[in-house]
Amino acid sequence: MKVQVVVGLEIHVQLSTQTKLFCGCPVRFAAPPNSLVCPVCLGLPGALPVLNKKAVDYAILAAMALNCQIASFTKWDRKGYYYPDLPKNYQISQYDLPLGKAGFIEVQGDDGGIKQVRIRRVHLEEDAGKNLHAGGAYSCVDLNRAGTPLLEIVTEPDITSAAQARALAVELQRIVRYLGVSEADMQKGHMRFEPNVNLRIETDGQAFRTPIVEIKNLNSFRALEASIRYEADRQVQEFLESGQVMTSGNKTTRGWDDVRQVTVLQRQKEEAEDYRYFPDPDLVPVVINTSWLDQIKALLPELPLRRQIRFVQQYGLSEYDAGVLTSDRSCADLFDKAVEAGGRPKRVCNLLTQVGLRVANERGCSVGDLGLSPVNLATLASMIEEGKVNATSGVRILEQMIATGQDPMTLARSMDLLQIADSSRLESIIDQVLSMQQKAVQEACSEGKKAQKAFNFLVGQVMQATKGQANPTVIAEMIRKRLGGA
Amino acid sequence: MDNLIDKALVRKVASLARLELSEQEVKEFTGQLCAILEYFHKINLLDTEGIEPLAHCLPITNRLREDQIQPGLDPGQALKNAPDRDGDLFKVPPILEEGLGP
Amino acid sequence: MLDAILQMDCLALAEAIRTRQVSSLEATSACLEAIDKYNQKIGAFLTVFQQQALDQARDVDRRIQAGDKVGPLAGVPIAVKDNICTTFGPTTCGSKILANFRSPCNATVVERLMRADAIIIGKTNMDEFAMGSTTENSAFGPTHNPWDLGRVAGGSSGGSAAAVAARMCFGALGSDTGGSIRQPAAFCGVVGLKPTYGRVSRFGLVAYGSSLDQIGPLARSVRDCALLLNVIGGHDPKDSTSVPPEIVPDEDLLARLDQPIDGLRIGLVKGATEGADLPIRQAIGRAVDTYRAMGAEVVELEIPALDYSVATYYIIATAEASSNLARYDGVHYGYRSPAARDCMEVYTRSRAEGLGKEVKRRIMLGTYALSSGYYDAYYLKALKVRNLIRQQIFAALGQCDSILMPVAPTTAFSLGQMAADPLKMYLADVYTIPANLAGIPAISIPVGLDGAGLPVGVQLLGPAFSEGRLLRIARILEKGAHWTCQVPAGLTV
Ligand SMILES: [Zn+2]
Repeated sequence: MKVQVVVGLEIHVQLSTQTKLFCGCPVRFAAPPNSLVCPVCLGLPGALPVLNKKAVDYAILAAMALNCQIASFTKWDRKGYYYPDLPKNYQISQYDLPLGKAGFIEVQGDDGGIKQVRIRRVHLEEDAGKNLHAGGAYSCVDLNRAGTPLLEIVTEPDITSAAQARALAVELQRIVRYLGVSEADMQKGHMRFEPNVNLRIETDGQAFRTPIVEIKNLNSFRALEASIRYEADRQVQEFLESGQVMTSGNKTTRGWDDVRQVTVLQRQKEEAEDYRYFPDPDLVPVVINTSWLDQIKALLPELPLRRQIRFVQQYGLSEYDAGVLTSDRSCADLFDKAVEAGGRPKRVCNLLTQVGLRVANERGCSVGDLGLSPVNLATLASMIEEGKVNATSGVRILEQMIATGQDPMTLARSMDLLQIADSSRLESIIDQVLSMQQKAVQEACSEGKKAQKAFNFLVGQVMQATKGQANPTVIAEMIRKRLGGA
Repeated sequence: MDNLIDKALVRKVASLARLELSEQEVKEFTGQLCAILEYFHKINLLDTEGIEPLAHCLPITNRLREDQIQPGLDPGQALKNAPDRDGDLFKVPPILEEGLGP
Repeated sequence: MLDAILQMDCLALAEAIRTRQVSSLEATSACLEAIDKYNQKIGAFLTVFQQQALDQARDVDRRIQAGDKVGPLAGVPIAVKDNICTTFGPTTCGSKILANFRSPCNATVVERLMRADAIIIGKTNMDEFAMGSTTENSAFGPTHNPWDLGRVAGGSSGGSAAAVAARMCFGALGSDTGGSIRQPAAFCGVVGLKPTYGRVSRFGLVAYGSSLDQIGPLARSVRDCALLLNVIGGHDPKDSTSVPPEIVPDEDLLARLDQPIDGLRIGLVKGATEGADLPIRQAIGRAVDTYRAMGAEVVELEIPALDYSVATYYIIATAEASSNLARYDGVHYGYRSPAARDCMEVYTRSRAEGLGKEVKRRIMLGTYALSSGYYDAYYLKALKVRNLIRQQIFAALGQCDSILMPVAPTTAFSLGQMAADPLKMYLADVYTIPANLAGIPAISIPVGLDGAGLPVGVQLLGPAFSEGRLLRIARILEKGAHWTCQVPAGLTV
């Protein structure tokens, strides 16, 4: 029996606009209950929605990054269902004319190559509020989140493993962060996943498909992967026991129990879903013309995966380093610019990964917020490259560059970290050391076992005398010459 | 023509619309809606080949606002009309139909 | 003196107040007196802002005395239909489910009335959620026609029409989804204007059929309608369906109201009056005579799709209503059934107990029309027919300046007469519905009384955003009819 898991993902991404999709209420996490609301998002009688342009801009940008066809004409539809966190008892969404369709996302495949997963549609909609269940006696509703702009992304069922689903989700997170359209903070519920999972089973020369299961509302990468893995195993067992196959009406919905690490069948609705979609008469259509598209297209960056591959191919960085650099767009931008300014890629990379990302992490900001200029970074990389400062000093200088904003040469001087390149000064120091260490000089000149040890001792003494500001290789060479000529 | 709506369908529609109907109302509505829907149905006699559905009479598109925060309501105002509350939260009897959302 | 004041229209009163011939306090007190005297019998007002109105009137008088610049409606008492949100008093929509609802914001039209220094005297009765043509579907009792208390005032803006007719206010705002301004205006003998869809902001108007709803004035003269539309009209960024100034230029509708129109062409739809009662047909005939007498040409039009307008309208309006009214569920505001034990019962019982029969009927119809399996044959088909009707009306308006039509097939009928047969009731909206489907302006003008002493109105329709011209055409008829909005017989003020 050959079993292949088939997964399509429905992903909700919260956009990082200042205000909600159809009203001017702030989008903010963990505010006091019902403090970010107005008549519009409370669904009060007489209130009317007005569309947030930024949300549409963000949605177009994301849809473009997902290689979608952008609709030139789109509209808003009402999706009707009753739930206490949905104050109007309809959600404003996009039904038959989504903002984007027929795209694809590139993900690093299990074999390291690029795999394309087709995107069926990308549309904008408003989020619901939150129901808080108070131990069964009653429920409470907080509408702060109601009306928050969500991007719904639906893939085709092209995903063939739980790990791949996770990789896609992680890649999507990296993309939307790159685009600056979402913080994609999992802790804050900015990304939610609903995988549709079933199996393609070949046995005895026959092919079967198991019934599709939709797993609701997963909000971590770990849960996404674990739930698909569990579901795939469960469906194999179920198929072996019941032989049940997919039909048009037997899709079921299961929830993920994070404690027991199992999916649980949710109570089935009595009647088939009937959302009674129809065009929202309170909103007018959105026409996206070419000049609007061009404006957004100009904002579209090189996507992280493509950039990561380029860093490896063009600069010879390791897969790992390229991945680290491209995890933060501003870091990768700075890298690109510093290399352009003449910094050697590997050197710039080390500086950024060893210092830049560490300090940014400590400060809770991005590398771009550290105020580093690409030219200064390139200069520092060259100074290390040329032996003007050693690598250890380079780290200290970069820390000071971030702290003070000064250029690396000025800092190297004021911190007295410049290596002594003046050979006559070095000569006189070596003279002094050799004359004071006659015994070691003799041993170093001997043929015995101790020769190498004594030689290293002399180099160490000279380094000490220069307070570490000389290049040990240069010193060794000079001492060797001197002893050889003695 | 068969009846366009019967009691069972009236009950189903009422449930979609979250309306509790008495037996008397079901009976009354079935008769009335039947007559009305039959009248409505006559629009299907009209040939609308090539005519676009018109959701809007307006010659306008792209009504957009800037992404700027506007003053809203404080929790006190937001809950002023609430039938029941728990602190600054709206309070409702338990939601038994878990998963009946979207 | 009071008598004389109450005979004035808004424009005359505003002028008299500005020139200090009459004080706003006098005018407001006169209205309050009329309300005191008749509201119990007529049921025009659900809320009266007695103290607030008097305070505002005194304030306007003081400002005028001080020589301050005041707005065009300074000191004029105006009533507002109870589906238009005000931060003061409840906004009930004539429904039990919103009996105690208080809006945190004013509708844009209310803000504009206040900016024009109007005195908002009260909130008027209406069919629940504007669903009805009689104002009998109010949870707070019907409005009686001031001309005959045994008859309906029309609806759904019956309270506004009756209040204007009975001199309880000088003008009023109503809302018109399928005739709810024009039909009660005709029944009560006042002028009622439904503006072009998008001309007046709907922000703060509690929605019934959002693609059809439009707020408009009811008043005692055509020029008052112009004045009131001047005040309430214009772009509002809070309503996405409000048309921006690039499309409708801000114009003073009063400025050219009395200018004659050369080469006026009045259109009559072939066969359209056949279903109307004799007094209505006679009124149309007299209106035709009036226009002919001033040199207008009368052209006959054919609009075959009009036969389908009632069905089309009721499918679209109820579909939108079923969604618009989903929010009245007893969770966040409004009536909650005390019997509800779980959330589902909060929904089903609060709605069962809080909504009236006609509202439930329309929610059922609309839910059906949108549900899977029926969507294509009802809702989607209706949208196509709507387009066809609109195209045919636009073509007809290309052949004339204005279409002349009845407002309703009858004059005001007896209370309770139509309650048993909803379909018959719907069919009576046949003349008013087309303007809403096409989104065009239409005005109802009283032209006299029938044999039973009840007002008869006729209707004029014009192209989108042509209110300026439509009001001029209406003004001709108003003058020619020699019938200014009279005090209903039997009421003494
Ligand atoms: Zn809001």
